[in-house]
Amino acid sequence: MSKSTYKVPIGPIHPSLEEPMTFNFEISGEKIKSIDLAPGDNHRGIEFMGRNRNIIQIIYLAERICGICSASHPFAFCRAVENAAGISVPPRAEYIRVIIAELERIHSHILWAGVAAHELGFDSVLYLSWKVREEVMDILEILTGNRVNYGMFMIGGVRRDISKEQIPRIEKTIEYYKEAYQKLEDVFLQDPSIAIRTKNVGVLTYEEALNLASVGPTARASGVKKDVRQDQPYSAYADMDIKAITPDMFSGKVNGDVYDRIIVRVLEVKQSVEIIEYCLNHLPDGEILSEKKIAKLLGILKKAEGEGVGRHEAPRGEVIHYVKLGEGESPEVWKARAPTYNNLMSWVPMLQNQEVADIPIVVASIDPCIGCMDRATLVDANTYQKQVLTREELRKLSIEKTRRMMQ
Amino acid sequence: MKLDKYLDRSLWVFHLNTGSCNGCDIEIVALLTPRYDVERFGIKLVGSPKHADVLLVTGPVNRKMLPRLKLIYEQTPDPKAVIVVGTCGTSGGVFYDSYNIVGPVDKHIPVDVYVPGCPIRPEAIIDGVLKAWLKLERVRGASASSAEKVQKTSA
Ligand code: SF4
Repeated sequence: MSKSTYKVPIGPIHPSLEEPMTFNFEISGEKIKSIDLAPGDNHRGIEFMGRNRNIIQIIYLAERICGICSASHPFAFCRAVENAAGISVPPRAEYIRVIIAELERIHSHILWAGVAAHELGFDSVLYLSWKVREEVMDILEILTGNRVNYGMFMIGGVRRDISKEQIPRIEKTIEYYKEAYQKLEDVFLQDPSIAIRTKNVGVLTYEEALNLASVGPTARASGVKKDVRQDQPYSAYADMDIKAITPDMFSGKVNGDVYDRIIVRVLEVKQSVEIIEYCLNHLPDGEILSEKKIAKLLGILKKAEGEGVGRHEAPRGEVIHYVKLGEGESPEVWKARAPTYNNLMSWVPMLQNQEVADIPIVVASIDPCIGCMDRATLVDANTYQKQVLTREELRKLSIEKTRRMMQ
Repeated sequence: MKLDKYLDRSLWVFHLNTGSCNGCDIEIVALLTPRYDVERFGIKLVGSPKHADVLLVTGPVNRKMLPRLKLIYEQTPDPKAVIVVGTCGTSGGVFYDSYNIVGPVDKHIPVDVYVPGCPIRPEAIIDGVLKAWLKLERVRGASASSAEKVQKTSA
């Protein structure tokens, strides 16, 4: 064969759940030698648009940074603006915010669990998890009016109250998830078939996680006890004693592999249910907004000056929003840092020397939010042949490997 | 609306994300899972546009995805239907004034069905797919009858 490279141009866009992103892999035989990432396919210029809008309009823009984290971004953004303008939030609103944020964590983690099972070829588990997830979508719809992009957050509080009639319905959801949690634990943590495909795969060591500044479940699965809710308690979290969840709580040791990332997320579902239960039992009375009249609030924000930072532990890790308020309605600077931005680089050590068939599950294991691979270019280090694999083909490889290991 | 006449074959769908916020995309996936379960109607997400009857487009079309959108449209065999799912693909939505957005989708490819909403509900997507289905049946019916005509005249 000649040394010339060739490409197999099969669909640059994949049919799966996530957004586009390009990877370049160099492989030798079945082993991955080096990885290069090329993000940017999903760039929309959100922060630029924010500079032409007023603060309240930006909340809805922040919500649409990502449809899965549609409580996390507005949460962090509102906290940044409140921090800059010195607005305080009534306690009831803080509790409602936390309830929504934790409901979102449940939906996001279960969504992820389904995707991970799908990548391994267990589609029945995908269906089971998404069926369990519908319950949280229902309760979110009842509380906020929408299944995705809830529109709940407002500077200085929340837009909708939780009424007395709704509380029994939320309690029902809590009961439902307490039961469903057992099922999830059985399927994901007790069943050997998921363990054989994920143990010792895509390892990220404690040092690597620290060096790469990984956040969220990705870091916690490597033993880094990092959680904004624990390290810098805010909002209603400050009333609770929240501990960062690491895999040794379940299995007694930390490996930092994909299996550990599953443990952390499954345990966090349980933690979220407990947080919601606490919030519901301790829901204070009172106002839900510090300033009800939007026009007046805009006036206050127009006059406010200064900088503010808002942090929040999103399902995927710490999200930070920074705003600088100056003259006029729009912020002078608005910067959002999503957790996946930190976690992207942890793919590099995770994928080093792994098999091609493990790419889908390792990539999915950090729960990438803004990016995913639309295609991977494989360069064979021995023959210099270049091959473009679609995600479908990769998934096929992954499923074949699962079958091989099950035999 | 009588459906029995039309439901003569299943519909395969290719989903293309042109820079959306993911909100509409997860609702599309929710369609496949037990609550909505569109697979019972034969609607299936496929891995290549070459196998698809319907193109489901989400997102406001950013610069990097534009050539891919056009390519995928060309790769989908005729007769095809294009459905735009979500407000941001229909009109730009919240992203209307960005420097990197060149949409909406119908500026670049012909669109048959619009499903507005930010995000849309899964039921609305089913309704959109149904409308596309009717269009495809119409197109196919028309070409079948014209083929009959050609046969008759040549005979
Ligand atoms: S229409 Fe709204 S929810 Fe759907 S992808 Fe666009 S911005 Fe997201």
